[in-house]
Amino acid sequence: MFVNLLLAQTNTAEVVSALPVNGVALVTGFTIFVLAIFIGNEIIAKIPPTLHTPLMSGSNAISGISLVGAILATGSDHTNLATVLGFLAVVTATVNVVGGFLVTHRMLEKFKR
Amino acid sequence: MAPVWINLAYLIAAVFFILGLKGMTKPRTAVRGNLFGAIGMLIAIIATLLAASVVGYAWIIVGVIIGTAIGVYAAQTVKMEQMPEMVALFNGLGGAASFLVAGADFYTNSSTASSDVVIATALSGIIGAVTFSGSGVAFAKLAEFKFMKKIKPLPMQQMMNGGMALGLLILTVILVASPGSILYWLIVILALVLGYYLTLGIGGADMPVVIALLNSYSGLAAAATGFVLGNNILIIAGSLVGASGLILTKVMCDAMNRSLPAVLFGTLGPAADGPSADEVYTNVKATSADEVAMLLDIARKVVIVPGYGMAVAQAQHAVRDLTNLLQSKGVEVEFGIHPVAGRMPGHMNVLLAEADISYDLLKEMDETNSTIEQCDVCLVIGANDTVNPDARTNPKSPIAGMPIINADKAKTCVIIKRSLSPGFAGIPNPLFSADNALMLFADGKQAVQDIITAIKEG
Repeated sequence: MFVNLLLAQTNTAEVVSALPVNGVALVTGFTIFVLAIFIGNEIIAKIPPTLHTPLMSGSNAISGISLVGAILATGSDHTNLATVLGFLAVVTATVNVVGGFLVTHRMLEKFKR
Repeated sequence: MAPVWINLAYLIAAVFFILGLKGMTKPRTAVRGNLFGAIGMLIAIIATLLAASVVGYAWIIVGVIIGTAIGVYAAQTVKMEQMPEMVALFNGLGGAASFLVAGADFYTNSSTASSDVVIATALSGIIGAVTFSGSGVAFAKLAEFKFMKKIKPLPMQQMMNGGMALGLLILTVILVASPGSILYWLIVILALVLGYYLTLGIGGADMPVVIALLNSYSGLAAAATGFVLGNNILIIAGSLVGASGLILTKVMCDAMNRSLPAVLFGTLGPAADGPSADEVYTNVKATSADEVAMLLDIARKVVIVPGYGMAVAQAQHAVRDLTNLLQSKGVEVEFGIHPVAGRMPGHMNVLLAEADISYDLLKEMDETNSTIEQCDVCLVIGANDTVNPDARTNPKSPIAGMPIINADKAKTCVIIKRSLSPGFAGIPNPLFSADNALMLFADGKQAVQDIITAIKEG
């Protein structure tokens, strides 16, 4: 069933798709969104206050996932304004991802003992 | 690579993100958790690079190199005290990436986009832009740039903000009716202005809430971009971060006994009919480092309550030395950490951990309060509102009902502070004038060093 769901997604997950997303895919997207929020809630509620700052910078690094979208926008076959915007997004998202994970690592090293 | 495989890779990346967050629930597994998060990100990026639609690599490589250089430099050079502004800055860049990606996609596909994609695009633009400018303001405030103090909010700021929000709604409706790139960028610009003014009016004490909320926004912006692109990993990762930020926001609000709207729309002010500082501070007793050293020397249990003042004075290393010295004399030492001490959630814990203080000694507020009556000396360093007994006893106080660390219930309470000046809440603190309280007026770092010297000599 899970594979079916994935396959259903692939029609529309066609990157930077010019096709309108159909209703099923939108609902699938919402399903994923809502379930992920529940998972996030369950896990993060258990994190002790001691680790709140690293959690914040670590989750912040994860929000740099926009880098995926930035790569898709920059790497498409035509060069135009979208490429420039994508390039800027690649730079900002990479700072977010690399800086975020590194700074979190630096902080957590101190908690290791 | 076929879309099926890319989506399977995204699924693996999502599992790594979830395991990474799960690792963060314990200090021992947290480093590994963060590593899992980074691995998940790497998998997602590599899979994306192999997508059939990605044909040109030059700009991507240049962008990644520039971004990596900036990220590595910033992460290596930032001081632990500056962590809140660093997180705010990274956060803002994540928001910017979201609205840029949505804009790039819309530029290519606006003529064929269906209504739901247009709405997702507008949301990505709005949330991303608010995150970007809001984080910028938070960064400037946390870094204490002088010019921030000179900027005044607009007259009737709340009304103006409401007007801008309404404007964004109307523009979004128009965008759905007639999609076009120019209109999208108008929305982004208006959202940038809104984010700027929303954050400008929020006070220093509320910064932990704002940072947590902006963190949540950056995740939601990424999730909205995921709907724009029909990309699962953006939706999953974005909503995980959104949930994380929302929980932290709630924790911070609860720790100040304030509602989120009260924080966002700034309804905290000094109580007009509250007692003045002169009325409260009738019984203030100043003490010396020598006297505090004698108190600590005969104590069996000492609780240290740090606040933002400790970070400002960079006293954490001196505090570590004092802790080690007292422990070597058989004194039981622990730290009572208020959830909103400092400028971001968990700020004090990071500073103390950086100074090599074992996290076993760092106790949460409730745990500290349950045993504080047995504490011989409570040493308050640079904290004020978080130990103000008015919150517990005076229902008229502006901070009434806020949970505090009951430093006043210790046998003796020593407060290291430069002066009797008020904290963020702008109200006097009756603790400073309590019968069992002694004030040590000095710079935090210098005072702790003096105490250490005095103990060693005595």
